[in-house]
Amino acid sequence: MYVAVKGGERAIENAHRLLAHERRGERSVPELALEQIAQQLGLAVDRVMTEGSLYDRELAALAIKQARGDMIEAIFLMRAFRATLPRFGSSEPVDTGAMQIHRRISSTFKDIPGGQILGPTFDYTHRLLDAQLADGFVPEEPATAEAAAPATPRVTDFLGRDGLIERSPGAEPDAAVGDLTREPLSFPAERDLRLQNLARGDEGFLLALGYSSQRGYGRNHPFAGEIRFGEVEVEFFAEDAGFAVPLGSIALTECQMVNQFKGSATEAPCFTRGYGLAFGQSERKAMSMALVDRALRARELGEEITAAVQDEEFVMSHSDNVQATGFVEHLKLPHYVDFQSELGLLRKLRKEFADANDVEPLQEAAE
Amino acid sequence: MNAPVYNFAYLDEQTKRMIRRAILKAIAIPGYQVPFASREMPMPYGWGTGGVQVTASILGPDDVLKVIDQGSDDTTNAISIRKFFAKTAGVATTTETAQATVVQTRHRIPETPLKAGQVLVYQVPIPEPLRFLEPRETETRRMHALAEYGLMHVKLYEDIARFGHIATSYAYPVKVNGRYVMDPSPTPKFDNPKMDNSPALQLFGAGREKRIYAIPPYTTVVSLDFEDHPFVPYRHDAPCALCGAENSYLDEIVTDDKGGRMFVCSDTDYCESRQLAGHRGSQNAAPYKERVHG
Repeated sequence: MYVAVKGGERAIENAHRLLAHERRGERSVPELALEQIAQQLGLAVDRVMTEGSLYDRELAALAIKQARGDMIEAIFLMRAFRATLPRFGSSEPVDTGAMQIHRRISSTFKDIPGGQILGPTFDYTHRLLDAQLADGFVPEEPATAEAAAPATPRVTDFLGRDGLIERSPGAEPDAAVGDLTREPLSFPAERDLRLQNLARGDEGFLLALGYSSQRGYGRNHPFAGEIRFGEVEVEFFAEDAGFAVPLGSIALTECQMVNQFKGSATEAPCFTRGYGLAFGQSERKAMSMALVDRALRARELGEEITAAVQDEEFVMSHSDNVQATGFVEHLKLPHYVDFQSELGLLRKLRKEFADANDVEPLQEAAE
Repeated sequence: MNAPVYNFAYLDEQTKRMIRRAILKAIAIPGYQVPFASREMPMPYGWGTGGVQVTASILGPDDVLKVIDQGSDDTTNAISIRKFFAKTAGVATTTETAQATVVQTRHRIPETPLKAGQVLVYQVPIPEPLRFLEPRETETRRMHALAEYGLMHVKLYEDIARFGHIATSYAYPVKVNGRYVMDPSPTPKFDNPKMDNSPALQLFGAGREKRIYAIPPYTTVVSLDFEDHPFVPYRHDAPCALCGAENSYLDEIVTDDKGGRMFVCSDTDYCESRQLAGHRGSQNAAPYKERVHG
């Protein structure tokens, strides 16, 4: 045990060598190609890009391979690389209303302009293990049809036109975009930073918090106004050219929750919004994020703060799985100088207790 | 794929400048926790990312770096961080305290007194000394701003009422320059007096919590106590079994399952240099050595 802690240079080298061996697995089994991960484990890639805050499918696939499928480790690898990249500006706001739709559903209206488009989804599948997939399964070609009307306006905009839902905050083109990876976070935090924090936050943590709000801890009656997944153009305003130039397109999932209304003596009641956005097809993440975003608006909307999900300092300080895993796992590091100090104090207190109560101190170990 | 390229000492120059500004502010306000935009580092949070960022920002090509964890140069995490800088900055490394220009540490202050010109960089897990009394950052920042430290004194008093002693044996709170109460990082309280009036610059980096703070050279650092319960450093009542030192902090090593113990210096450099100078304890070798594998 002592050996494991001190004099470990060779031990570390050997451990890493063994890790590389275990990662590769049985060498007679073909090695995973990055393209296989990017294509066939696409949702894992989406999650690693989202929580890793870096849109690069190939690097995310590499991170998943290097991390042996440990998602948080893969996210960590992405983040550590991202942290070293220079920042030369912010893109123009992306227009999700102009999204090239792969999937788009609303649970608030039976039919909507542009239609309900199921797209590739696990929804309505029966969760029966499918032995066919074990080996060599060739699926049918997907069914195709003429593209529907190109315009797929946002569902919340229909409500907005009638004033039934609060207005989205207007664009502020000259306001700097908050970035908690460049400026230290302080509280109270504004919504831009909260959303950034949630976008990077652990899917499981946000899922549990969102779930807790549905079960009554900070309840706010959500409806999934719209969930859409597809490709959007990213544009960058180039100073030299004097206009915005396209950089390419990225896949996004956006969730707009429609929540319980508010109103006052001077304002007519209307629905409120919760917002979620994630890279790739990350519906669970986007929905959870939207629930938590809405709950965190309690302060702004004058709601009583009673639950963890409404407490921005609690949520934002604990949502980052790279931070959380690091600190939990640092307990593996040696702590013996502190422990020795505690041991010394405890022995002293026990001895004083024994003296005061006139009992023999217990022997620490068998003679 | 674009192969990643890394800068000298890993961090890009913009980030280093940002961290240096935070360090300068920290030096200007001793003991005050300066927020900084901590980066993700290639080692986990809680494993020294704050210290590593501070070191990366102050390191120059001519620096000589020493890294210790639990007082020792050859603990796994110390080796890992030393190798990281040897690789990314190509700086010279040493285990000798006196030779180092920068010493990064976790949980200890070297026994060999530091000199003017040296920098001691502490890895800090929880920079806020009031955190376990008040979990909210908004509250604790206000308490520091108002120098409202009554809660800490009440805690120490309650320890005395309950145990007869202040029951804090490491991360023992100090007051810096008569103003800010500061967490010295989880060093055993044995090390607290070394912080006071030190000729070296002491920098503290907390990566996950995004805080940097500092004790400039020759600054007064007082461990909190009461007149009738003065601060007392703790060490095991034994000499080092290897070098016979009577004044160093000791690790307790369990040598068998029958209650056998030996005590050796936690500061391996100090212990080895004493042994080289001819000092001997009751034993002449450590009980465990790394086994050599092929």
